[in-house]
Amino acid sequence: MMRLPAFRYHAPTQLSEAAAILANEGPDAMLLAGGTDLLPNMKRGQQTPATLVALGKIESLRKSTNGTGLVLGAGLTLTELVGNPSLRKMYPGLWQAASVVATPLLRNTATIGGNICLDTRCTYYNQNEDWRKAINYCLKKDGETCWVATSSKTCRAVSSTDTAPALIALGARVRLVSASGERVVDMQDLYQDDGADYMQRRADEILAEVILDPMQDWRSTYWKLRRRGSIDFPILSVAAAARTDAGGTIRQARIVLGAVSSEPLLSAEASKFLHGKKLTDEVIEETGRILAKLAKPRGNTDLTPIWRKKMVPSFVSHALRELRGDDVSELRKRIAHQARN
Amino acid sequence: MNSGKSNVRPFRIIGKPRVRVDALSKVTGQTLFADDIKLPRMLHCKLLRSTVPHAAIEKIDVARASNHPGVHLVLTGKDFPIEYGILPVSQDERPLCRDKVRFVGDPVAAVIARDEQTASAALALIEITYQSLPTIASVDEALLPTEAPLQDYAEEHNIHRRLSYSFGDVDEALEEADHVFEDTFFYEGNTHMAMEQHASVASADPDGRVTLWSSTQCPHYVHRALAKALEMPAAHIRVIACPNGGGFGGKTDPFNHEIVVSKASLLLGRPVKICLTREEVFFCHRGRHQVTMKFRTGVNNDGKLTGMHLQTLLDGGAYGSYGIASTFYTAALQPTTYHLPRYSFDACRVFTNKPPCGPKRGHGTPQPRFGQEVQLDKIAEKLQMDPAQLRLGMVAEPDSLTCNYLKIGTIGLKQCIDSVVKKSDWKNKYHNLPSGKGVGIACGAYMSGAGTAIYWNKMPHSGVQIKLDRSGAVTVYCGATDVGQGSDDVLVSLVTEVLGIETIDIKCVTGDTDLTPVDLGSYSSRVTLMMGNAAIQAAERARDLIANAVADKLEITADHIGFADRLVFDVEDPTRHMSFQEAVVCAEEKHGTLVTAGSYAPPKSAGKYPGGGVGPSPTYSYTAAVAEVEVDEKTGVVEVSRIYIAHDIGRSLNPVQVEGQVIGGVYMGIGEALMEETTSRRLSPRLSNALLHDNPSMLDYKTLTMHDMPEVLVDIIEDPDPNGPFGAKEVGQGPLLPIMPAVANAIFDAVGVRIDEVPITPAKVLKALEMKAAGREGRVGPRAFPAIDWPQAMFVLPPAEGGDGKASNKPERKRAAKMHAMDKVEEQTTDTVKPS
Repeated sequence: MMRLPAFRYHAPTQLSEAAAILANEGPDAMLLAGGTDLLPNMKRGQQTPATLVALGKIESLRKSTNGTGLVLGAGLTLTELVGNPSLRKMYPGLWQAASVVATPLLRNTATIGGNICLDTRCTYYNQNEDWRKAINYCLKKDGETCWVATSSKTCRAVSSTDTAPALIALGARVRLVSASGERVVDMQDLYQDDGADYMQRRADEILAEVILDPMQDWRSTYWKLRRRGSIDFPILSVAAAARTDAGGTIRQARIVLGAVSSEPLLSAEASKFLHGKKLTDEVIEETGRILAKLAKPRGNTDLTPIWRKKMVPSFVSHALRELRGDDVSELRKRIAHQARN
Repeated sequence: MNSGKSNVRPFRIIGKPRVRVDALSKVTGQTLFADDIKLPRMLHCKLLRSTVPHAAIEKIDVARASNHPGVHLVLTGKDFPIEYGILPVSQDERPLCRDKVRFVGDPVAAVIARDEQTASAALALIEITYQSLPTIASVDEALLPTEAPLQDYAEEHNIHRRLSYSFGDVDEALEEADHVFEDTFFYEGNTHMAMEQHASVASADPDGRVTLWSSTQCPHYVHRALAKALEMPAAHIRVIACPNGGGFGGKTDPFNHEIVVSKASLLLGRPVKICLTREEVFFCHRGRHQVTMKFRTGVNNDGKLTGMHLQTLLDGGAYGSYGIASTFYTAALQPTTYHLPRYSFDACRVFTNKPPCGPKRGHGTPQPRFGQEVQLDKIAEKLQMDPAQLRLGMVAEPDSLTCNYLKIGTIGLKQCIDSVVKKSDWKNKYHNLPSGKGVGIACGAYMSGAGTAIYWNKMPHSGVQIKLDRSGAVTVYCGATDVGQGSDDVLVSLVTEVLGIETIDIKCVTGDTDLTPVDLGSYSSRVTLMMGNAAIQAAERARDLIANAVADKLEITADHIGFADRLVFDVEDPTRHMSFQEAVVCAEEKHGTLVTAGSYAPPKSAGKYPGGGVGPSPTYSYTAAVAEVEVDEKTGVVEVSRIYIAHDIGRSLNPVQVEGQVIGGVYMGIGEALMEETTSRRLSPRLSNALLHDNPSMLDYKTLTMHDMPEVLVDIIEDPDPNGPFGAKEVGQGPLLPIMPAVANAIFDAVGVRIDEVPITPAKVLKALEMKAAGREGRVGPRAFPAIDWPQAMFVLPPAEGGDGKASNKPERKRAAKMHAMDKVEEQTTDTVKPS
């Protein structure tokens, strides 16, 4: 079998202790926040930390707090999120996103913090050491060429997190804690368009909390495209959230595309376009066109980029129709290829 | 063949749903698979695999690896001078490459160390200098002239083998047909995806003999390959096939790692183990060949076929494997389903720098079956016939010879079609469902065991021994291997039935070349039929010995002795009985130590032409399926909502098992129809020579999960076949065959587009829908079949035209045949031959 390489292992019980270890170990240390992605990556030599700092024993990361909004400890598992009734009620987009990550078994271990920080993916990168050696490696790890876009100066690996687009649509923030202090960052500012260096989070920072504002008059949704509803990573996702007045006119809307770039893509143009409009079929169609222009899928994940781009208007339409109040439950089961159960 | 006696009485356990004999130990995790074996002082082996697709090996420096702490041995190609391979005509593999590597993943060196981590670390210390050779990435490239063919024995360029056969004058048959349909199809390669990765443990004894435990479907062939590659007498080698965690054809070749650990154990005098990673299993491959096909089919207005010409082109990957057999199988079984008076085929396999292809469930036949069954759907459309009726009107006759001399015995295909038509409500659904929903029908046939062995010999294909003693214990020995298909259950249940005892009273020892008589292996759906017939013969011989002794005691004749409920009794007066154990004591008293044996060899094939050994089988199974699909016209996403399937099994020995196999075949079929594909990635040739397996992981190689499976409604058609054990035929492979074309045909019914290739991805469906919307032909599939320089076809006159099964390329004979055929047509209305 493929085995884990040797590494040092710390399992602190206090966040401050974890931050101190990170500061001390430097960039060779990584956080273990579930490990459903990191550990297989380490077996294949994609990620090669000398030290793992496990967050599972830090109680403060495993709490959720209901105040005016909701604060989620980054160590909560996705199963725990899915089992949280107030989250489901207030932030259905996040609930839907968390409920379609991987499989139930993986969700039992995977955490919200881990999913937000999920390594970008690429079929030239998510391979074992020998395979990557055979292509002389790639820009993301140990090599000099981005094989999916050979003229590109930056890595084009794909942001594959389900929860981040949903959180960005919901205007969430995260608290980053390090030995030298802490800061709160808007989720929409957390990522950048470089598959190799895809997050603003510094190596010594721990993503400790996800902060959601109260959103009583908002609706939100998440639609995920993938080959098999039972397991796969997204190859396109649409997260949408909107606040409307009593007459159905949009006061605020945020639409985010996932898995079609190295970062989740919040469409400022769509927000601007939708402002003050009602979600008529024509408006929905035009929004689909706006989002399709934004999507930059490439041939480094499942199914063809051309087809994935063509799917954008459909998926935007599903999302906006759901926000409008259409019954899309059958559609969700069928077209979005969500798990049957 | 079994005696009549066994067939007439009511069965006690045959045909009744039962928990199979190995179920409890498997579901409680107690079955020992190869990777579960741990021996004292055992060492671990890892293989260094090529990271270049095609290169000469200039230099290998193993000094640093050999000196690495914990390393016991490093082996390279020079330690293995002998080539081997599954087919006698394709001895092109070495346990470790010596001069050349031919694909990324080809093994080059082996490290044997105290544990896997140490071995892996040492692999990184081996330095290899490669001299690059041109990368052959596709069949088109393989057909071009080259200075450096992958294999020295290639016929020409990188062409492994070309075959051309003509059974009757097909050109004439097409000329005379009312319609000729010409269609090209493409079937992407795919792989087995057995749950268990290959693992092997070898242990040499102090006298220089070696035992190999391995996850193999064919211990006998591994035994032969080891004897050759290790240059040792086969009698000093013992191969034990562990229960396989699935095989599907992926464990039918002798593998390099099996030979490497055997050699290492002999050199070190310690047990050596290897367990492949999932990536390495993808590199071992031997999976379904990618096939491009072209059909030219003549049909009359009444829907009867007049003749067919088929061309196939196979991407074989880097080695021979079963490839020549696979190439034959892309053509040989086509005439088994429908009456086809004349048939010709040209088949070509090429070498490319990819993991070698070989046999996967259905071996070579799903590809042309897909093409033929989709073409029939097009024919029905054109002739405005119901596709089910079209098929019903041309089903081959029972007890007939096909134009290529395959002997059809029982054929339940009509009943299968009737069943799925009725259960699916076909007549109301076909062409009548709302847009986006559709139904499609297709059929298939498969061998119940290949009529010839991999190597030419006149010995039995399967042997069974039974030992009984005074304890009443019965032990059954057979070389067959349980790969999950339930062969142990078949073996035990047949003997149980004959001896009138219970399955728990019988122990079975299988797949051990020291202890068990030879069975050729778990491939070609041969085990139930061949091992089964041998088992019944051995059991009946044991029964006769017991009956003979008990008859003396009861003072009646042996033909009045009955066996049931662990009793042996007078059938006229069952109160006169003794226990089975007492009966065995009687027999041991009278006959001495009790051992019986049975064996089975298939009937000789009717085709006497060279190559006529590929295709014949003691009998064929038949299947029909209706797929119900929903197609989203905006996305092209296809959802299979239900499968109706009927399978002609002759007799169902254990209906639970049979249904499980049918559903398993459907599962694999939907995967092949919609998503499974083994493809390779060629980097920009300007920047790199690299050619790699596209998706060597269980996440990226897409198969259905249980959540993606639709409802499957199974009907078992029983019409006992005289060649099968108690009438049984195969079920392991046949039910896969109609699924892919049924899905493709259902998509056409749903949205009116033809996807003439698999897998049928959403992008292909959407593209076809867009073409249709733009007023063009809504079709995705190959446009043309590549030009290939075919040899002169071997001409064989079909039996219905007076042929004797022999080949001739003499033109005068061909002409005479034509004349003869014309006479024949005048004097008889049917042209099937019913051999006596």
